[in-house]
Amino acid sequence: MSEFFTLSVLIATFASAVRFAVPYLLAALGETIGQRSGVLNLGVDGVMLLSAFGAYYTVVETGSHLFGIGVGLLIGLFMGLVYAVVTVNLHAQQGISGIGIFLFGLGFSDLLSQELVGAIQPIRKLPSLAKLPLVGGIFEPLEDIKYLGELLFSHNLMTYIAFALVPLVTWMMNNTTFGLNIKAVGENPQAADSLGVSVERTRFFAILIGNTLAGLAGATLSLQLGVFQQNLTNGLGFIAVALVYFGAWRAKWVMAGAMLYGIVTATRLQWQARDIIPNSASDIAAMAPALITILALVLLAKRVRGPAALTKPFSRH
Amino acid sequence: MKRLLGVSVPLGAALVAFVLGSLMILALGENPISGASAIIEGAFGSGDRVAVTAVRATPLLLVGIGITIAFRASVINIGGEGQIIAGALLSTAVALAIPDTPRALLLPIVMIAGMIGGGIWGAIPGALKAYASVNEILSTVMLNIVAVQLMNFLLRGPMIDPIEKTGSRIPQTERLSDNAAMPSLAEGTRLHLGVVIAVVAAIVVYIILWRTPLGFRLRAVGHNPDAARAAGISVEKNITTAMAMSGALSGLAGVMLVFGSESLRMVTDGGAAGFTGSAGFNGIVAALFGGLHPLWTVPSSFLFGALLTGATKLQQALQIPAALAVALNGLIVLFVVSSDRLRSWLERRLNQGAFATETAELRESNDDRVDEQQNSTTQDTIR
Amino acid sequence: MNTTKSRRLMTLLTALLALSMFAAACGGSDEAESATGTATSECGTDNSVTKGDKVTDLSVAVVAPSDSQDLAFTQSMIDSLTRLGIEPQVTDGTFQVEVAADAIRSYAADGIEVVIVHGTQYGGSLAEIAPDFPETSFIWGTSTSTNDIPNVFAYYPEAQEGGYVNGWIAGELADGGSIGVVGPVEAGDAVAYINGFKAGAEANGAGNVAVTYTGSFSDVALATEAAEAFLTTGVDVLTGTSQSTVGAVNVAAENEIPWFGTQSNQESWSTDQVVASQVYHWEVILDDMFEMIEEGTLGGEAMSLTLENGGLVVEINGCFDLDGGAVSGAGDIIDQIIAGDINPPA
Repeated sequence: MSEFFTLSVLIATFASAVRFAVPYLLAALGETIGQRSGVLNLGVDGVMLLSAFGAYYTVVETGSHLFGIGVGLLIGLFMGLVYAVVTVNLHAQQGISGIGIFLFGLGFSDLLSQELVGAIQPIRKLPSLAKLPLVGGIFEPLEDIKYLGELLFSHNLMTYIAFALVPLVTWMMNNTTFGLNIKAVGENPQAADSLGVSVERTRFFAILIGNTLAGLAGATLSLQLGVFQQNLTNGLGFIAVALVYFGAWRAKWVMAGAMLYGIVTATRLQWQARDIIPNSASDIAAMAPALITILALVLLAKRVRGPAALTKPFSRH
Repeated sequence: MKRLLGVSVPLGAALVAFVLGSLMILALGENPISGASAIIEGAFGSGDRVAVTAVRATPLLLVGIGITIAFRASVINIGGEGQIIAGALLSTAVALAIPDTPRALLLPIVMIAGMIGGGIWGAIPGALKAYASVNEILSTVMLNIVAVQLMNFLLRGPMIDPIEKTGSRIPQTERLSDNAAMPSLAEGTRLHLGVVIAVVAAIVVYIILWRTPLGFRLRAVGHNPDAARAAGISVEKNITTAMAMSGALSGLAGVMLVFGSESLRMVTDGGAAGFTGSAGFNGIVAALFGGLHPLWTVPSSFLFGALLTGATKLQQALQIPAALAVALNGLIVLFVVSSDRLRSWLERRLNQGAFATETAELRESNDDRVDEQQNSTTQDTIR
Repeated sequence: MNTTKSRRLMTLLTALLALSMFAAACGGSDEAESATGTATSECGTDNSVTKGDKVTDLSVAVVAPSDSQDLAFTQSMIDSLTRLGIEPQVTDGTFQVEVAADAIRSYAADGIEVVIVHGTQYGGSLAEIAPDFPETSFIWGTSTSTNDIPNVFAYYPEAQEGGYVNGWIAGELADGGSIGVVGPVEAGDAVAYINGFKAGAEANGAGNVAVTYTGSFSDVALATEAAEAFLTTGVDVLTGTSQSTVGAVNVAAENEIPWFGTQSNQESWSTDQVVASQVYHWEVILDDMFEMIEEGTLGGEAMSLTLENGGLVVEINGCFDLDGGAVSGAGDIIDQIIAGDINPPA
């Protein structure tokens, strides 16, 4: 136990938590934006699987992480287009259309993986800042700083993007017309409509952004792990949706939720490695992140109302 | 006309999805026509296949009618997977404890145990929502994870088959006694009593929802929680009740999966889907295809069960990966659920005359409003 | 304990054996027909499974829980059949037991002569299905017992044997340091492998052998972070099992930590860091079973993969440049296991 509570181990655990949390954070931020506009997307996991495969395959074929992320982003965008049409134009029931996308993504990514790649091959993982081509040299000395280096400067690019998105999303929601429209449309679409805000267009774009972020999340997942396998996400997308509620639709609390999940996971794996948690309790350890998330919400949550128009399709009477 | 459109439009949508699926099959170098016939043959090809389809549909139906109850009270229950597992665990534990009880007594006891197990697993998120405003999507997703780990813990530990402890260590229980098996309805087929029980349950749920004060209260809470509260109905208690009932039905589905299985054991492969076959999610689809009406969920789960059963045959006949069937499943769900607006648009267009069109338009906007209420969560009940 | 002289003789013999294996390995195949126990691949050659000559005309189908190309459990069976020249009909991805049961029944009803039921959890259903198809032979694993069904063969890998050898070699490399094991769920042959590995490592002077069960067979992210956690405890060697290990292998590769694999040959994962893999060569027993089936015996026997019968082969990665002493020492250990002098705990 005493070895765990050394600074270097604690920092390494935190770094592991961050790594683990990044895909959750990206997906949850995207879902937050969508839900604020009144749209529930249960298909996040499916989008993530498709973009995870797309990014992975791109790296297999081209060796370029940049292209991989780009492909993941495009896949997210495309699936966003699909979901936007289905939800905004066709008024499909949101919970179930999401599940349809989940099942499609699960199966199709698996199918493509079997047919296009075959035997699983590892790829080079997303490099940390210091190992980036060309600009890596700038960050090397930063990474070498004792303790602080590993804590702050040793992550990959997507990690920094993900955390930067938190204040960005908050700012967008509170300080841009688009953000205010999203909130209005999610709270009271009739009123927003009468004020001249296009409910449909706002939701359309919110969905596009949300799914694009899910696409980035999937790409980050497979490129961080360096592999693609069937059902790589293992329910990550659903947990990300759950985290939106944990965060009460506020980006910084969503981030807190993702970090909580990551920290508990990293910690329990550390404690299992050090036999602080014996193997007979490995299932309890595996439950811990889920249980603690619920507990945290029960203890800390204030009664927060969500977007009043969540899951209700809009039509002018 | 409405009824005709109500069937043909979704069917048409499913066909479009299948066309897309055919493209995938063609890309793999196989014949989609044989694919289609494989699905139909796999689902309906013989008396035994129909029986397998019915048995496959049973958990979907049970989960589905549970979903219906929850949705009518405006709660989204995606915790089916966990509730199925909880019900299965408790009922199996009971059966292992009292193996010599005669079948006529044992089966009702384990079914009740399953409903209690699933009911608890549903009541927890229900209560958390009602009394601690923890959103039910969050708590059910988390409890699904907890249920899987609980299952792994119990099946590799206290509930493991004693032979396995020193043998292959398969995380499964010992084989239950013969009197724990669901009685067969037709010798030589897989058809068992569970199918009938599920259909009866659907009827019971219908009666509860529309013919009892409890059902009225649940629907009132779902329709307009403020008005319900003003009328003295406890919103919190009813939400919890709805989730508990939904969980109980999923728990009963878990009982069917164990006591209706050929192996008469509970076994885990470490994940949820290995035991449940994703019935927790597929049941939601079945419920919504049945228009959230317990009686219509019967044929819709049967059809969905046919799709799933046929898919196994598809995989076998064309030697294509199971993944394609999963993707096709998703496409069908997506297309059918997207076709709803088309259906009402067609309804409007096909009614000749201005008056008919006007009233139809009024009806459509009414439909949308009803849909909105059906879709809504109870975000706004928590003030 | 061997005397110094006979030990030197053993080392010489094993070295000669290793040399001849090296020579036999030219051509890139990972066949293990020349010697029992280990096989060293030739660095740089393509070590993918080559299709052998067809050994039987029986129609064969496989029902398996995970992907055919999972580089683990299911792949090992498919690879074995390929080595026997057989292209079976395959229904994979059947996690749910009832779905698998359906597939098994369908194959039998369609007249397939041999249905390989590649999943321990399917046994219960098989007990109900097999009697309905007395003309069909069912080969089921992993299981140590046929449950007395006349037309069922059972197969089981004595995973702790190869695990022990892996562990022993790992002990050499760790040189008193610690080793990390990333396990999935504490069930099935994962436990046998891990227990054997731990015993072998500790017998060879490894310091601490720590085991983490992540709680999932398939969660790659968890396996990755579990391996990362081990790095912070200063491990010198890593091993693990299940489909999720790809995450852990990647961590090992990235950090230049030697890796030991099981179930399938994992060299292609990291040519530099994978030291050895315990590979399941099901074909050794399948061959026997097919013969028996052709002669009319459709079941009734349980066979296991062992180091002795060549069903388990510790395939050493030629690119890793393992010390010759370690290779010969491993050969010793294998001989002792075969002779019964060492009994790796399951």
